[in-house]
Amino acid sequence: MALAPPTLRPRVRKASDLAVKKPNPKSKTLTLLMCVALIYSLLPLIWLAISATKSQQGLFDSFGLWFAGDFSLFDNVAATFAYQDGVFGRWLLNTFFYVVLGAGGATLLAALAGYGLAKFDFAGRKVVFALVLGGVAVPPTALAVPTFLLFAKLGLTDTPWAVIIPTLVSPFGLYLMWTYSRDSVPDEILESARVDGAGEFKSFFSLALPLLAPGIVTVLLFNTVMTWNNFFLPLIMLKDADLYPLTVGLYSWSEQATTAGGDVVFNLVITGSLLTIVPLIVAFLLLQRYWQSGLAAGSVKQ
Amino acid sequence: MMITRRRAILGAALSITLLAAGCSSSSDDTGEETAAATTVSDADVQAALEAGGNITVWAWEPTLTQVVADFQKKYPKVKVNLQNTGTGNDAYTALQNAIQAGSGVPDVAQIEFYALPQFSLSKAVADLNAFGAKSLDGTFTPGTWGAVHSGEAIYGLPMDSGPMALFYNAEVFEKHQLGVPATWEEYAAAAEKLHKADPKAYITSDSGDAGFTTSLIWQAGGKPYTVDGTNVGVNFTDPGTQKFTTQWQKLIDGKLLNPVPGWSDGWYQGLADGTIASLVIGAWMPANLESGVKAGNGKWKVAPMPQWESGGKATAENGGSSIAIPEKATNKTLAYAFLKYATVDEGAQSRVDNGAFPATTKQLNAPEFLNKEFPYFGGQKVNEVLAASAGQVVPGWSYLPFQVYANNVFNDTVGKAYLGQGTLQDGLKSWQDASVKYGQEQGFTVK
Repeated sequence: MALAPPTLRPRVRKASDLAVKKPNPKSKTLTLLMCVALIYSLLPLIWLAISATKSQQGLFDSFGLWFAGDFSLFDNVAATFAYQDGVFGRWLLNTFFYVVLGAGGATLLAALAGYGLAKFDFAGRKVVFALVLGGVAVPPTALAVPTFLLFAKLGLTDTPWAVIIPTLVSPFGLYLMWTYSRDSVPDEILESARVDGAGEFKSFFSLALPLLAPGIVTVLLFNTVMTWNNFFLPLIMLKDADLYPLTVGLYSWSEQATTAGGDVVFNLVITGSLLTIVPLIVAFLLLQRYWQSGLAAGSVKQ
Repeated sequence: MMITRRRAILGAALSITLLAAGCSSSSDDTGEETAAATTVSDADVQAALEAGGNITVWAWEPTLTQVVADFQKKYPKVKVNLQNTGTGNDAYTALQNAIQAGSGVPDVAQIEFYALPQFSLSKAVADLNAFGAKSLDGTFTPGTWGAVHSGEAIYGLPMDSGPMALFYNAEVFEKHQLGVPATWEEYAAAAEKLHKADPKAYITSDSGDAGFTTSLIWQAGGKPYTVDGTNVGVNFTDPGTQKFTTQWQKLIDGKLLNPVPGWSDGWYQGLADGTIASLVIGAWMPANLESGVKAGNGKWKVAPMPQWESGGKATAENGGSSIAIPEKATNKTLAYAFLKYATVDEGAQSRVDNGAFPATTKQLNAPEFLNKEFPYFGGQKVNEVLAASAGQVVPGWSYLPFQVYANNVFNDTVGKAYLGQGTLQDGLKSWQDASVKYGQEQGFTVK
């Protein structure tokens, strides 16, 4: 019981400790390298933001990284939400729904399982752990087609469950929660809780969960980003446009340009893409400190 | 053709399942297929419409939206679930996956003519003779009606067609004093003149497109593919093919073709700013120009397809599609009722009114269709040219029963010639080898 609750920002604290020991770590080469990396990452975003202000014609006859004569961002946004009877709004809600159920559920399961693996000694634990580590190595895209055939047998394709259920499995989240539980929930707390007569679920929800909060937020962010950007799985699972998430919906708009007789709407695809990343950017800005501390979990010895 | 490289890559990712399902039941190789007996009468179809029910339609054709709305209005008890499962390759992958999984199979699926043999040979789609489709003889143009046949069996109803014509930017042509080329010889001369006068401008874009290449060989009288049941021949050394390669090699060698991939944003940009001055493409192109190339309004015109021999009158099909009924569909009778409504009855006219190019002789020969003036084309009666092309398609062409696969590997083989690695004829030879190898693996007898 002598341990203080873990701080939310162990990494930052460590970094400042280091800075004291090494007084002048500034390096021009590193700064330059960082600037290149910054420009490299920001350029597509800037292009997207600028392009979203152009009409379809403007996209064709103006320079990509500067504004065209007409500023039609608001027209584009209005048109994006109005196009095809406002299906974009529906896709936005679908995406939220998949994220809340899929990413939320995946995080809960990862927290429960990670905690269980870290704090309970049972037969076969090592096998389970090896399987999970193996699961981290398999890219979800490779599993999409087998998953499709499996779900087709269950009659679940073209339903929201076809997207939500596979999303619930997050081996990487489980691994992260396992390391985080091992390091940040002291066995002594749990033992004293057992002595006081608390059940295992009560100890988990009342004692362990608050200690695990930074790790859970990290896993939640990971899963949110993965689910928000999930493309291939819904692409093959869903046929009904009313069930599409934003990614597949925007793809279907983009593909109209390659269809004989199709309506070409590049300006709406671009504006829609910009609108799609706004919620993610907001989530990142609000939760980034948890993200940083979570990523460093396991790398810091307490 | 509407297959871009991007989609080909995506298709390749799923091709494992596609291959597995490609041709599983081609045991019956007696050559000519016979027609299935009629088991569902017109009265049965009518009764099904009155009784009502649900059908699912997988199609990307935009004009079907209106057709579905009208169909449901006319038959209030029928609910049609129209789903866009992607264009071309994406749609075929989805269909193959559903058929293989045995669930979620649609009642109606849009399948392009070139891809239909792949589905019909494995009996994945139903023979419509069971519904008396034979009685529709003469309703469709001979080319499209032939395209849905395999022997006597009828595997789909033609929905639209793409007889080819020359679409050109008249403003660019006038600026550089180019005459409208009547032969491919003149076309090549115009290409050279234009590119010399304005190094940014090209007569057309081509970075290697299987549909375009096969269509040009088709027009030149080449018959590289012979199909008789499961006996398949692939031979790209016939005189027709050589006419094409000789002419097109000159354009490639002279760097007279804009290398931008078709259907990309850059392609639309080139069409808009005049750096792609013309396209030889299917009759469905006007709708795409009107919506995707607004800057070309009033500048574009349509002329007959350039000829291989001066004074000739030969054309080919480019694209065009049918709608078919998968064998595993749950409500085939109702599906057939929809097929007929969309391709022959009210739907045929509604789709033409919304910009589709018809496969039915009635709509094709209607005076109001032929005399329609297109403001986008400066008031030109475009359909006159396009309908004339539909009547001049060279007969006797057939696609491979695994053309979807073949077109997927086109860029790995023939595509190299466009990058200056080997000649077109070499590329076609390696395309032929790849097709033969794949066909043999699938159990075909390939020569």
